[in-house]
Amino acid sequence: MELKTSTAIQDTLQQAKGDVGSDWIMHHILDAPYFQFEPFNAIPLPHLSLFGFDISITKHVVFLWLVAILLIVAFKIVSNAYKKSLVPHGFANFMEVLIVFVRDDIAKPTIGKGYEKFLPYLLTVFFFILFSNFIGLVPNGATITSNISVTVTLAVISFLVTQAGGIMKNGAWGYFKGLIPSGVPAWLLPIMFVVEILGLFTKPFALAIRLFANMTAGHIIIFALIGLIFFMQTYLVAPVSIAFAIFIYLLEILVATIQAYIFTMLSSLFIGMAVHQDH
Amino acid sequence: MAIINNLAFLAFSGGESSGGLLDVNPGLIFWTVITFVLLLVILKKMAWGPILNSLDEREKLIKDSIEKAEKNQADAEKLLEENKVNLARAEEEAQKIIEQGREYSDKLKAQMLEESKSEARKMITEATSEIERKNQEAFNNLKDQVADIAIDAAEKIIRANLDKEKQTKLINEYLEDLNKN
Repeated sequence: MELKTSTAIQDTLQQAKGDVGSDWIMHHILDAPYFQFEPFNAIPLPHLSLFGFDISITKHVVFLWLVAILLIVAFKIVSNAYKKSLVPHGFANFMEVLIVFVRDDIAKPTIGKGYEKFLPYLLTVFFFILFSNFIGLVPNGATITSNISVTVTLAVISFLVTQAGGIMKNGAWGYFKGLIPSGVPAWLLPIMFVVEILGLFTKPFALAIRLFANMTAGHIIIFALIGLIFFMQTYLVAPVSIAFAIFIYLLEILVATIQAYIFTMLSSLFIGMAVHQDH
Repeated sequence: MAIINNLAFLAFSGGESSGGLLDVNPGLIFWTVITFVLLLVILKKMAWGPILNSLDEREKLIKDSIEKAEKNQADAEKLLEENKVNLARAEEEAQKIIEQGREYSDKLKAQMLEESKSEARKMITEATSEIERKNQEAFNNLKDQVADIAIDAAEKIIRANLDKEKQTKLINEYLEDLNKN
């Protein structure tokens, strides 16, 4: 009897999962081989492959390019505004605030001397993540930063820039020697070596997971809250759901900005630590 | 018991269905690398370079302007101070010149007064002596004349002393002569 009920419940749940389970949430968050602008039909995207690798154009690739195009257009406008006047206003002025913020509050204090070399990278990564996060908040938009492939790539690029910066400043041998703090007893060196190498790789790993998890979690919560209405099949829960969804959405705006800042800040910090190893 | 089972099932199946969340897609990594590197190159050339240059230029302009203004102010203050000192010195000089002029004019006045006084005194002395001399001369003349007249009269008296009548007549004549003269 109990077993039967249990099976029945599980069947029902499985059925429910098929209809209103978590799949539809994942459908919104995961990548897809087609581009859909609801309520219109999905447009299939081309399937490409290179040397046996699948490099199909997916929904996230489309949004990746959209972000890139938006960035280029936006900063072309900003750049042109400076040709007219040294003191631009409006949109260019707003972007200038962010640029100056990245320069004076992120790059300058964390890297210090020689920060100018890394500024283009930091600015690009900051605005790339910022634009990606905000496009993900636009209805029908996909958040490319909630795809682990994208965040891992960004983290690896940050890692490579950090190592390149450290090696260029201190030399290959000097850089790897500098990883181990001075004044460590000789018998600790093997352990320190392992720990430091491990530490080297945990930094980009943390960067990738942090951005991915932050950008994914908010979206899942919003979808789950909205899904509650359909899952419970009652209108009574709708006001609560919508109120909470709006709250989470506003929180997401904050998170989108903060994550762009944190990714850039930490990248800058790691670069600073690699370039100036003595402190 | 059944509830726990069901929950476990839900959690498990939920976990299974969201397995795609952590799937790494090589194609997307490929495109991300290409897009990001291209974006970095394009933005560096097109935006960051000119924008950061403009910002630096502007900051330099502001810094220079402030420095220039400060220098100008310092210069102006120095100039003002100098002017004040110069003015004070000029005033002092003018005061001194006025003092000198007054002193000089006083001295000149005194001298001139002294000179004119002495001149006047000399002139007075001269005039007095001249008058004295003239007086003396006139007196001498008068004395001579009186003596002459007396001698003349005496001569005539002696000459006409022969007769009384003639004498009287003579005196009258003489007096008449004298009157006529």
